[in-house]
Amino acid sequence: MKESLVRLSGVGKRFGARPVLHGIDAQVTSGSVVSLVGASGSGKTTLLRCMNGLEAIDTGHIDVAGHRIEARISDAELTRLRADVGMVFQDYQLFPHLSVLDNLCLGQQVVRKRSRPEAERRACKLLERVGLAERRSARPSELSGGQRQRVALARALAQDVKLLLLDEPTSALDPRTRDEIVDILHDLVRRSEPALTLILVTHDLHLAEKLADEVWTLEAGRLVTATGTSP
Amino acid sequence: MGRSVKARAWLAGTIAAGLISGQARAADLAEVQSRGELRWGGDLQGGEPYVFEDERDPGTLKGFEVEIADALARELQVRAKFVQTDWSNLVPALERGDFDIILNGLEDTAERRERIRVSAPYFTYGETLTIRRESSYVGLATLRGKPVGTLNQTVAYDLLRRAAVEPVLYEGQQEPYLDLAKGRTEAVLLDHVIADRYGCVLQELRCLPDDVARGHYVVGIGKQADALTRAIDGALARLAESGELRGILTRWQLWDARQTGPAPTSRPPAAHVTERRLTAGHLLLFLQGAWITLLISAFAFALASPLGLVLATVRLYAGRSGRWLAAAYVEVFRGTPLLLQLYVLYFGLADVIRLSPFTAAVLGLALNYGAYEAEVYRAALSAVPVGQTEAARALGFSFWQSLRHVVFPQALRTALPAVTNDFVGLLKDSSLISVITVVELTKRMTILAVELRDWITPGLLCAGLYFALSFPLARLARRIERRLEPAPPPAPETPA
Repeated sequence: MKESLVRLSGVGKRFGARPVLHGIDAQVTSGSVVSLVGASGSGKTTLLRCMNGLEAIDTGHIDVAGHRIEARISDAELTRLRADVGMVFQDYQLFPHLSVLDNLCLGQQVVRKRSRPEAERRACKLLERVGLAERRSARPSELSGGQRQRVALARALAQDVKLLLLDEPTSALDPRTRDEIVDILHDLVRRSEPALTLILVTHDLHLAEKLADEVWTLEAGRLVTATGTSP
Repeated sequence: MGRSVKARAWLAGTIAAGLISGQARAADLAEVQSRGELRWGGDLQGGEPYVFEDERDPGTLKGFEVEIADALARELQVRAKFVQTDWSNLVPALERGDFDIILNGLEDTAERRERIRVSAPYFTYGETLTIRRESSYVGLATLRGKPVGTLNQTVAYDLLRRAAVEPVLYEGQQEPYLDLAKGRTEAVLLDHVIADRYGCVLQELRCLPDDVARGHYVVGIGKQADALTRAIDGALARLAESGELRGILTRWQLWDARQTGPAPTSRPPAAHVTERRLTAGHLLLFLQGAWITLLISAFAFALASPLGLVLATVRLYAGRSGRWLAAAYVEVFRGTPLLLQLYVLYFGLADVIRLSPFTAAVLGLALNYGAYEAEVYRAALSAVPVGQTEAARALGFSFWQSLRHVVFPQALRTALPAVTNDFVGLLKDSSLISVITVVELTKRMTILAVELRDWITPGLLCAGLYFALSFPLARLARRIERRLEPAPPPAPETPA
């Protein structure tokens, strides 16, 4: 039986007086892909951001890859946790002042303390894997949306994370580019060693169907269906 | 003998005066009498005992020269009217016709006689050498090579240059003595009227008994005003004869043996013998001034820029008390004049920390510009999208790592054009440091303008050098701006 990499226990979150997450219990087994769906404003992105501490939770706790997120958690503990949890943002948030290669190397050097040659080797391998080896010297502003999404993905993976959080990875892309990203993600999940666990927020049913082992549906901050899970 | 510190007004005034000096038109006697008013120019900053405002009755003027002016006007059967003018501007202002006579501690020199008419003397002054109480100097000759304070455009300055000491120029008459007491100079040479009131009275100082030289205060009159000159001379003679002049000087405790003693053995020193044309030596001095300006500006900005970044960072990211302190710093240093800050730093804090003029200039400019840079960086840091910090934090960067590797590099690029612009501003504001005795480019220009009696050539030269220093920077700022313009829209979607 596979162990669980993420376990949410009674996770609650409010923005001011407005509750956005109501006591969510769920778990994600290592190596699985969970798709988080729901209407706009249902709390999907907030839940995703709680899983790497970009949003603080108010009640309950989340165990992620051996770290525990609680309402009161130190900045240092969050920094340690994030080294194991990658995130790809909806608007990519590549570093505009750095080349593609440097975008992939900076985190490795600063957080993983890798030497520059080592970081570059890993970065080049990943760029090849997402089909962007040729654009390593380009600035993010010179890339198309799909290319930026692939760089963002590679940047997160370069950190050797155990869990990858993706926020709407295909929402800003045309259908053809979207299919390419889906293929890359699919390939990633199959080929990653050790196994990579993915949680993705999406409206894209094609993506959810093709990749997800489990689909969680959120409605007004409550987890209403969690197919294949045992909370 | 007052000196205003309004260097810029001075510069504007002297250049303007220079432009029209060819058509000088100081009024003559007929005009004065038909107007019923004798307008006399002086500078209130010269203070007691020359001409100053009555502290108990602001708006009323007092001083021995006020009384002499009133007496002269009475003799001419007109009223006296005081016209406030920056002391160093008195001669050009007379030529421009701003007033009819100069009556404000104007020393009789050959150089002045070439430019304007002067009356018979109304007062004899002695050049007094003031030293620290424990010093053993006995005269100018023993001060060779030593720094000696004085005021620009004075006979004392000419004497110092001939004595091969190192003259240090001040803008007001109290500062030279304060600096002497602090040990920044070795002596001060100025008229006894000033020395008696500001120097000899300080506990740390003493004045040497023998005058270094003697000279006269005279009334300055327009070059073409023959009748007015005769009338003033006649009036002065009558005042002397009737004893009224002596009465005035006695009331102001200015009557002494000098007034009745033998005339000075030698004429007041003729102006320092200078080549009246711009020479290679002058150009070299100008280049030195430009070098000082550049050096001080560069050092000051090298401090101001990081200071601004630290202040902006504290203001944006620190706790409440840190934010408050940084905001207070910015408001105080932005909200008070740089000139005042320089005075406080150099003279005000001299008991606590004795800074050299160069250090005080660099620090003063850096502290002031640090406040401006803080605002530039604050705007630039705020302009970096929050998502960038989140992306860095999500990669596992600590807060400081995300600032250092992601936020700062982007903010610095945004701030660069404004920062370069501020450096150009600082380069020009550095002219204010002449108030703390640094002879930089503008000060060099004002000194030379007086020597050459030409405001246009040194003025243009000075402007040209400022331009040569700032223009490349302005170009650099524009290039950087162009480079930092928003990136072109992303290339069309293409499968890689």
